[in-house]
Amino acid sequence: MSGMPLLSLAIWVPILTGLFVLATGSDRNAPLARMLALLGAVAGLLVTIPLYIDFDVTTSTMQFVELSPWIPRFNINYHLGVDGISMLFVMLNSFITIIVVLAGWQVIDNKVAQYNASFLIMSGLLNGIFASLDGMLFYIFFEASLIPLYLIIGVWGGPRRVYAAFKFFLFTLMGSLLFLVSLIYLFVQSGGSFSILDWHQMPIARVPQMWIFLAFLVAFAVKVPMWPVHTWLPDAHVEAPTGGSIVLAAIALKLGAYGFLRFSLPIAPDASQELSGLIVGLSLIAIVYIGLVALVQEDMKKLVAYSSIAHMGFVTLGFFMFSALGLEGALVQMVSHGFIAGAMFYCIGVMYDRVHSRQIVDYGGVVNTMPKFAAFFMLFAMANAGLPATSGFVGEFMVILAAVKYNFWVAFAAATTMIVGAAYTLWMYKRVVFGAVGNHHVAELTDINSREFLVLALLAIGALGMGLYPQPFTEVMHSSVNELLRHIAVSKIL
Amino acid sequence: MEMQKLYLLVPLAPLVGAIVAGLFCRVIPRWVAHTSAISGVAIAFIASVFIFQDVAAGNTFNGPVYQWLTSGDYTFEVGFLIDQLTVTMMLVVTFVSLMVHIYTIGYMQDDPGYNRFFSYIALFTFSMLMLVMSNNFMQLFFGWEAVGLVSYLLIGFWYTRPTAIIANMKAFLVNRVGDFGFILGIGLVLAHFGSLDYKTVFEHAPKLANATITLYAGFESGTVSLMSATCILLFIGAMGKSAQVPLHVWLPDSMEGPTPISALIHAATMVTAGIFMVARMSPLFELSDTALSFVIVIGSITALFMGFLGVIQNDIKRVVAYSTLSQLGYMTVALGASAYSVAIFHLMTHAFFKALLFLGAGSVIIGMHHDQDIRNMGGLRKYMPITWLTSLIGSLALIGTPFFAGFYSKDSIIEAVAMSHISGSGFAYFSVMAGVFVTAFYSFRMYFLVFHGEERFGKAHAAVNDSSHAKQHDDNAHAAHGDDDHHATDVHEEHHGLAPGQKPHETPWVVWLPLVLLAIPSVVIGYITIEPMLFGGFFKDAIFINSEVHPVMEELAHEFHGAFAMATHALGTPVFWLAFSGVALSWFFYLKRPEIPASIKAACGPIYTLLENKYYFDKFNEVVLAGGARLIGRGLWKGGDAGVIDGLIVGGAVRLVGAVSMLARFFQSGHIYHYAFTMIFGVCALLSFWLLRA
Repeated sequence: MSGMPLLSLAIWVPILTGLFVLATGSDRNAPLARMLALLGAVAGLLVTIPLYIDFDVTTSTMQFVELSPWIPRFNINYHLGVDGISMLFVMLNSFITIIVVLAGWQVIDNKVAQYNASFLIMSGLLNGIFASLDGMLFYIFFEASLIPLYLIIGVWGGPRRVYAAFKFFLFTLMGSLLFLVSLIYLFVQSGGSFSILDWHQMPIARVPQMWIFLAFLVAFAVKVPMWPVHTWLPDAHVEAPTGGSIVLAAIALKLGAYGFLRFSLPIAPDASQELSGLIVGLSLIAIVYIGLVALVQEDMKKLVAYSSIAHMGFVTLGFFMFSALGLEGALVQMVSHGFIAGAMFYCIGVMYDRVHSRQIVDYGGVVNTMPKFAAFFMLFAMANAGLPATSGFVGEFMVILAAVKYNFWVAFAAATTMIVGAAYTLWMYKRVVFGAVGNHHVAELTDINSREFLVLALLAIGALGMGLYPQPFTEVMHSSVNELLRHIAVSKIL
Repeated sequence: MEMQKLYLLVPLAPLVGAIVAGLFCRVIPRWVAHTSAISGVAIAFIASVFIFQDVAAGNTFNGPVYQWLTSGDYTFEVGFLIDQLTVTMMLVVTFVSLMVHIYTIGYMQDDPGYNRFFSYIALFTFSMLMLVMSNNFMQLFFGWEAVGLVSYLLIGFWYTRPTAIIANMKAFLVNRVGDFGFILGIGLVLAHFGSLDYKTVFEHAPKLANATITLYAGFESGTVSLMSATCILLFIGAMGKSAQVPLHVWLPDSMEGPTPISALIHAATMVTAGIFMVARMSPLFELSDTALSFVIVIGSITALFMGFLGVIQNDIKRVVAYSTLSQLGYMTVALGASAYSVAIFHLMTHAFFKALLFLGAGSVIIGMHHDQDIRNMGGLRKYMPITWLTSLIGSLALIGTPFFAGFYSKDSIIEAVAMSHISGSGFAYFSVMAGVFVTAFYSFRMYFLVFHGEERFGKAHAAVNDSSHAKQHDDNAHAAHGDDDHHATDVHEEHHGLAPGQKPHETPWVVWLPLVLLAIPSVVIGYITIEPMLFGGFFKDAIFINSEVHPVMEELAHEFHGAFAMATHALGTPVFWLAFSGVALSWFFYLKRPEIPASIKAACGPIYTLLENKYYFDKFNEVVLAGGARLIGRGLWKGGDAGVIDGLIVGGAVRLVGAVSMLARFFQSGHIYHYAFTMIFGVCALLSFWLLRA
């Protein structure tokens, strides 16, 4: 198995299947397109499984490396590899692809082939981001992955999709350009290398480090998203179809956070240390401010979108405390958020498909007509509130504990999520699910069918499994995280 | 090795029962659900008895089950610590749980959620066992939150009732406030002890007794004792779970849940988790007098002031709920006085007699066809003799009648407080003494109103209409929540109560059998166990007391001359006469001269209003905390996100681009004369500039 180019397969199997799906053409062949898409998604996950099984947990070096020249003139290489930080995201992404294909199964009946192809191609591109070790390759995947997402929102989105897509574009463009400039600067400074690993080792003076860090910060902060560049996310979620929201929350938000670990911290360690207070401050604002904003949302998708921002605050907080517990907690939180936010958006989608509203006031007493659904929704709501035994707890717990050691008041502010997170999630749950049947739409609801049950069950297994036994997830991280921390502790200023 | 399998069996058997009853609740018949849940709990109980014998023989255990997580230098494990304290809790939890499971067959027989209910209570038993059997803080927190979850699910069991689904959310959120402190306390433990394992932490604790942490750098008062900060934060967690003032507000409302869970979760077991936790942490609390003073003061406020509220309640379950709050206050006071074993002793006796009182109340409620207002009852002893006798036993145990279980534990608490020298113990002594009178008064007020006197049922509707003041008040409070849950309460009320001429009847054996089985320990358990538990060194190493600084238990042992002597001696003490006068006064007020309470109520208007509003805690929480949070949230959303970020910055950028392109578009008009004019104008300008400069 080790001879196979697994990472290339993880990238190109979904993309090629996506092209085949596209070739099925019009909606007359929709069943074929769906089957083909599902096959491609499953195959995409299967090829990533050896990544975990054959993963060597004792080393922090890149594994499953593939290296071949691509554009020799600029020394750009097709250079792939994963370590303990990126490997889990390749798997998570491949898993989520199956979820979104199943999620759109009966719901999307307009341009089915194009819809499924978009997701498959995006899945391959996202895997490419996590596997790239070449700066330019990373950038190309990074930017290319926006196109399918943009199309998904723009074509299958809600009524204000143009506004949302435009806002999304405006925010991201600003970051991307600064990112590109930084890459070119690094290329020049390193004497003509686009290898991220070379950049990690390259000494850089203090001031350029600062500029590089800030440029990266703008690019990644938009993706995470961090306060105050977060306002595109609620709009994008509200307008995106369910599948789009799932990928956006589960994977796309992880790109920015991943960027911090792959670029900001190892390339500009001194600047990272010096500016860590800024990031910690922004993270706490995300946790407290956004938590309170989430409390008063009237649209369920907006509420979960704001809750996503607050949860991602834990991720950036965990990164910039520079402790193994905090960093691994942040990584756990990223994977966990993939399951939970994905599931929350799917739950909202299930209700939306039936009632065609996301407003909390349009519901009430859903449990009376959809008891099976209510049970799943309860599980994910509790996971969103960070209840132990779900994955939502593990990351928050680790980050809060690490924060107490870092600074008591940082922990104090972060721990308010225990109250606020529970408040906004359970208050929404109460208004939507509990109570007497609210109106005739709710009275006419039918409980989840077996396909919806399957999707929710898969996500529930992820959320519960990771909560009850997180060790298999964290043990693959140890070597890479420890090496990263050791690397950051050494100054790069000559 | 064999014992370890037995340890695992204790929590897993109820878990399997819960999973079977829960996952298949819609397909399996009722007998499968209750059989699987009950047999799971019964297995856990029997295994606990075996483990108790093993522990009594001196075999304790502390070891991991599996490694949950490693990170950096830290290892988090799921593991068991089986010692005297654990096994006491295991027996109490599994026994009361078993009784409640059996009782539920009768109580819930008409409920469509029968299987779901069994799944929940079995899941609760699993969670509670994980909590008490834990050997580390992580698993403690897991159990802590898991019991909170099940409590949430069960308070909101009747999910169409607006009051129930507010109560369960309130319970969860108030508990989360406690957990907020709790997790910070755990964080301090990990940061300064380097482990969350009890054994490691307790071994390191003495070395860190004088350690300090800096909260505000540069301020003299910004440096506080590590041990005090840690213990107070951990205790805040206990205040949430064990409903101590000001985090007590959820417990009275939790009465919205079915009565069996009020007995199991909100009286006997879950709410005592905080007491158990502090006793478990005795090696830490013993190192901080500040924390112990905090504990004793909070406990005494709860013990006395929650008792007062019991006096004016008319809902049978709420009377018992306030009595639970008050008794939890007593346990907390005992903890503060360093009498941990006494607190656990009271926890145990209270678990039996309070579960008995709640289940008795449930039996009355069944007999009364779900009318819970004690003003509509009276004279029930003729119709429900078993419920009557067992409730009498429960009430006598609660008020501390000599020889009954509650006497031994409550009297020991009072003695311990009297001997304590910790700051706040003076106030605590006053509170627990006054509490004795208050407890006796409200307990027997309820008892007399329910079982003796005039039969007021049958004309129920008149009485309810005439005096549904308290109920209405609750509804008003909920309406202040400001959302859409204001309908259907009245509909719910109408269906209940006895029709005119209808008589209450004794409940079936599944209901009264647990009453009888709980009545037995309510009488005898104190007499039997006081000597070994408090003075026989049963808790040996499980509880640590720094006897040099806090010699309360030693002095108590000095005074103790056997259980029989203690009871006979008590007859001459003020404690007994306080309780006696409480009973006598309630007899006089509610049986002899029922017009007196009404005139007192009229005379003490402001105090009555204060009590009826429960000291305005709920109002404060609803208006200031919940309302304030929503207000700030809305301000940040509309002002910060929509106003400044989207409006000013993003919108500003868009407008700037728009303005620039407008300008550009102005020049790109497509009319040749525009271009020509601009060109001529430009040439002129350039020429004049060039000429003038020259």
